[in-house]
Amino acid sequence: MEIARHWRLKEQRYNLTGTVCTKCGEKSFPPRRVCPKCGSETSAPFTFCGRGEVYSFTTIYEAPTGFNETAPYTVALVRLEEGLLVTAQLTDLGNDKPEIGMPVEMVTRRLRSDGDERGMLVYGYKFRPAVV
Amino acid sequence: MTENKNLLKPSRPVGIVGYGAYVPRYRLPAKEVARVWVGGRGTGLPIKEKSVPGLDEDVITMSLEATRNAMKRAGVDPAEIRAVWFGSESHPYAVKPTSTIVAEAIGAAPHVQAADMEFACKAGTEAMVMAMGMVGSGMGRYAIAGGLDTAQGKPGDALEYTAAAGGAAFVIGPADESLAVINAVYSYVTDTPDFWRREYQRYPEHGNRFTGEPAYFKHILAAGKILMEAMGAKASDYTWATFHQPNAKFPQRAASLLGFTPEQIEPGLLSPVIGNTYAGAAIIGLTSTLDVAKPGDRILMVSFGSGAGSDAFDITVTEKLLERRDKALKTQDYIARRTEIDYAMYARMRGKIAMK
Ligand SMILES: [Zn+2]
Repeated sequence: MEIARHWRLKEQRYNLTGTVCTKCGEKSFPPRRVCPKCGSETSAPFTFCGRGEVYSFTTIYEAPTGFNETAPYTVALVRLEEGLLVTAQLTDLGNDKPEIGMPVEMVTRRLRSDGDERGMLVYGYKFRPAVV
Repeated sequence: MTENKNLLKPSRPVGIVGYGAYVPRYRLPAKEVARVWVGGRGTGLPIKEKSVPGLDEDVITMSLEATRNAMKRAGVDPAEIRAVWFGSESHPYAVKPTSTIVAEAIGAAPHVQAADMEFACKAGTEAMVMAMGMVGSGMGRYAIAGGLDTAQGKPGDALEYTAAAGGAAFVIGPADESLAVINAVYSYVTDTPDFWRREYQRYPEHGNRFTGEPAYFKHILAAGKILMEAMGAKASDYTWATFHQPNAKFPQRAASLLGFTPEQIEPGLLSPVIGNTYAGAAIIGLTSTLDVAKPGDRILMVSFGSGAGSDAFDITVTEKLLERRDKALKTQDYIARRTEIDYAMYARMRGKIAMK
């Protein structure tokens, strides 16, 4: 059970909220206290627009504990419009085959249950093929 | 005309500032249910197909997406929202509100009211009337109200053909900021045992002979008729109408009994292709109608919830609809995003296969 961790991460998970360095403008996800580019320690929250494209992907058939309910599923590196890469599950693929360059958009979905059917539900970002 | 004292009209005029719909991607054809349970007998199926939520979807994720769409159209500061209310009979938690998660995710927390409504298929319009009360009394500038469901029918039961997933959310606010003004509401509620689900039960029960005349038609027709009379309006004074839609036939018959033509209900009649979205059914008919309406159009919406009751809304579209409509996905965008599944995949996706 990791209730405290899920609670702490909810903001970044629900909305893809990272940080922007107030000195050099470098954007980070997950949020960073110290700017990886200029080393500044002043940053502000930044919510990414959620649009991007698949940079690379792999399909998981043998899922780790807690994720077997939705296996098989595809995990992708998504290049966000803002330029950086995030790792996330793809969802709502239907019969579409995932492919490199596929336009995707962020949605908030149920990631897993923390423990069995009695545990808290954990929600967070995934990406689906862009609807229009 | 003397004012009907039973109308629900806030002292400050209110309306819909933003609206958003959501329908999941997957579709189960009714003939698949017939194939598995009645040897494929395909006559008299209540709809063509129903929407089915993905494995990672529930009323919380769907409410959030519908709300994000409504917020894109409304373009209001989330910090000015004073209430987030969602109606459903399939909230993922028995205890812990859907509404707190939606409020937090859209940035409306913490200065906000949040609660989940329950009144079978009328829970969504119930939340809308509450939001009208909050805004109309001046307690808050904006309030969010919605209704969504991931409805379940007992395998093989008549309801399994139609029990679907989807719904809509609205930002309710002052009339002068609205894309559609809510002129008045009338609610008609009685104690009727047509459909229920007891605590800890997975599937609902229905009182067979009770579902049609004494429940759906009695309440929808009374609410619609009384509201129209009170507003001094005839069916032909409305451009569009939308009703709770548990199947294709009921709303068509209710519309005709109230004097509406098939053309008037056409944009809001979605049950044939998405099924019965329960708390979302009447209001997703409204979002779909708003997607095609013109300024000045007048809309009648009547919900129905078992137990039982109806809320009837008299709505007028404003010029603001045109500049906001294209700011988010439309109802038909979601309906067109369609992947057909078979009964086996449906059984997995809806948790109908016992794993332990
Ligand atoms: Zn920096």
